[in-house]
Amino acid sequence: MKQNLLLFTGFSILIMFAPQLLSGGYLMNVLVFVGINTMLAIALNLLLGYAGQISLGHAGFFGLGAYLSGILTTAYRFNPWVAMPVAAVVVGCMAGMIGFPILKLKGHYLAMATLGLGIIIFIVFNETVELTGGPSGLSGIPNLQLAGISFDSDVKNYYLIWGFTLAVMLFSLNLANSRIGRALRAVHDSEVAAQVLGVNARLLKVQIFAMSAVISSLAGSLYAHTMTFISPASFGFNFSIELLTMVVIGGLGSVYGSFLGAALLTLLPEILRGANDYDIIIYGGLLIVMVMFMPGGLVRGIPALYRKVIKQKGETGHA
Amino acid sequence: MQFDQILQYTLSGISTGAIYALIGIGFSIIYNATGIINFAQGEFVMLGGLLTLSCLELLNLPLWAAVPCAVAVSTVVGVLFERLAIRPLRQPTPINLVIITIGGSILIRGLAMLVWGKDTHTIPPFSGDTPIAIGGATILPQHLWILAITLIIIVINKIYFYHTISGKAMRACSYNRRAAGLVGIDVRRMVLFSFIISSAMGAVAGIIVAPLTMTAYDVGVMLGLKGFCAAIIGGMSSGISTVIGGLILGVLESLGAGLISSGYKDAIAFIILLLIMFIRPQGLFGKADSERV
Repeated sequence: MKQNLLLFTGFSILIMFAPQLLSGGYLMNVLVFVGINTMLAIALNLLLGYAGQISLGHAGFFGLGAYLSGILTTAYRFNPWVAMPVAAVVVGCMAGMIGFPILKLKGHYLAMATLGLGIIIFIVFNETVELTGGPSGLSGIPNLQLAGISFDSDVKNYYLIWGFTLAVMLFSLNLANSRIGRALRAVHDSEVAAQVLGVNARLLKVQIFAMSAVISSLAGSLYAHTMTFISPASFGFNFSIELLTMVVIGGLGSVYGSFLGAALLTLLPEILRGANDYDIIIYGGLLIVMVMFMPGGLVRGIPALYRKVIKQKGETGHA
Repeated sequence: MQFDQILQYTLSGISTGAIYALIGIGFSIIYNATGIINFAQGEFVMLGGLLTLSCLELLNLPLWAAVPCAVAVSTVVGVLFERLAIRPLRQPTPINLVIITIGGSILIRGLAMLVWGKDTHTIPPFSGDTPIAIGGATILPQHLWILAITLIIIVINKIYFYHTISGKAMRACSYNRRAAGLVGIDVRRMVLFSFIISSAMGAVAGIIVAPLTMTAYDVGVMLGLKGFCAAIIGGMSSGISTVIGGLILGVLESLGAGLISSGYKDAIAFIILLLIMFIRPQGLFGKADSERV
């Protein structure tokens, strides 16, 4: 527990001073995205890694948060700070309602059902043109403001986004060590056994689904207010798959793993700038290779690999 | 609303429905033999269409030779996929299988993008494009090809599963894999067979639909998902109920697109999918199965 706190404090300090260490406005912009994606990966990880329930529609909740925030602040002149929680509550309620029937399904069926849900939400973004602006998007979304500071530059947004991201990380770390976290792991291992031990598995699954949707919606609102422009293309099926890739590559059930996965997948396209068209091949290949050779993700795979290398070195040293 | 219009939508719905049925049966065959939902199923549909195009244009083959060639190459991809990704998987949990088939599907799509580019391509219709009038509505010769070929494949499928040893062995695997293994059936070979059959069927579906809808590296996603909807409506059977599922889906989608709004056409399929999963997860025609713990 103490170690956990130490690790988190160290991580936070690193994040705090990163802008001083790294220069360049463009990099700041990328790091803002790393923050948003980390939040989303953690949201999906709560569901997939902790509770063992897959979702291929999380881009939909992300988009709902973004669009609700966007529409409330542009068409109805809401204060962004009011629009954000309103969007989160609405998305949470929707997820709760759809959660009851959808989480009755298991494995492949759940994957397909959530995928279908994500695609339906995506189609609605595209078709309700008078509300969302349709495929050409929604622009003029105001920036967040706090005590006279407007969050309109990359560095300011960096602190804003990472403030929220660190809060979500701390929340998820605590959740893992709480009664709910233990109950979720029990559901993950065997739903029937968990139920026999008095865990209301069905309700718990719906609650974590709604919680995950709320965090995604929050990330969506923050995305809308930092970008000031949103379009349906950012919230499609491909982005749901990208989120899944982040969680799997980082490591199921690990908060820092989600950060690693999000950071890697956000930075990768920047590194591979020249190879723009190859990125989907790299995603596909990464997914297959990771599931086959590192089913625990980077967060467990790298230490295991390190130990293996050390051991081999030791053996050759003795010989 | 005029009767002619409804007839027109229904007729075109039936032919897209036949395509969904073929893809859906491919899903069901793999699911029944292995318990895997193959998210890469749609990519074989895409491969079928694009490989036919290459055979026709690059190799200058006649159509009757291009089609078997394209089916054969798609089948080889299916076999490689099973051998290289599915079989070596050390922890075949449902979530890992979902992720690995998604990974495979992205990889195949990406490679197809490299080979054929991002443009949409057309394949010439099998026998001209003079419309045929049927009581106020018209259909294209290609629609008839689709219906005829689907019918032939379904009949062959039926004969294979009920009148050959390997077909019967495959059905045994779908009832109980362990018991099938105990009576001497090579279950792993049956898994490979299931991938061969369903990738070939997917490729055929992709070839016969390509002259109507055009084809591109990314058509597999939607077609695959629709095929899965058909299979769910049919209760994951590899027989007639998935065919009916495909036809229902095709007709509803076509009527919905024509009479309500074409923008929501794809949403209709997924709303049907969700409703069926919520209300009758065993399919429209199936009996409820008790869950084994």
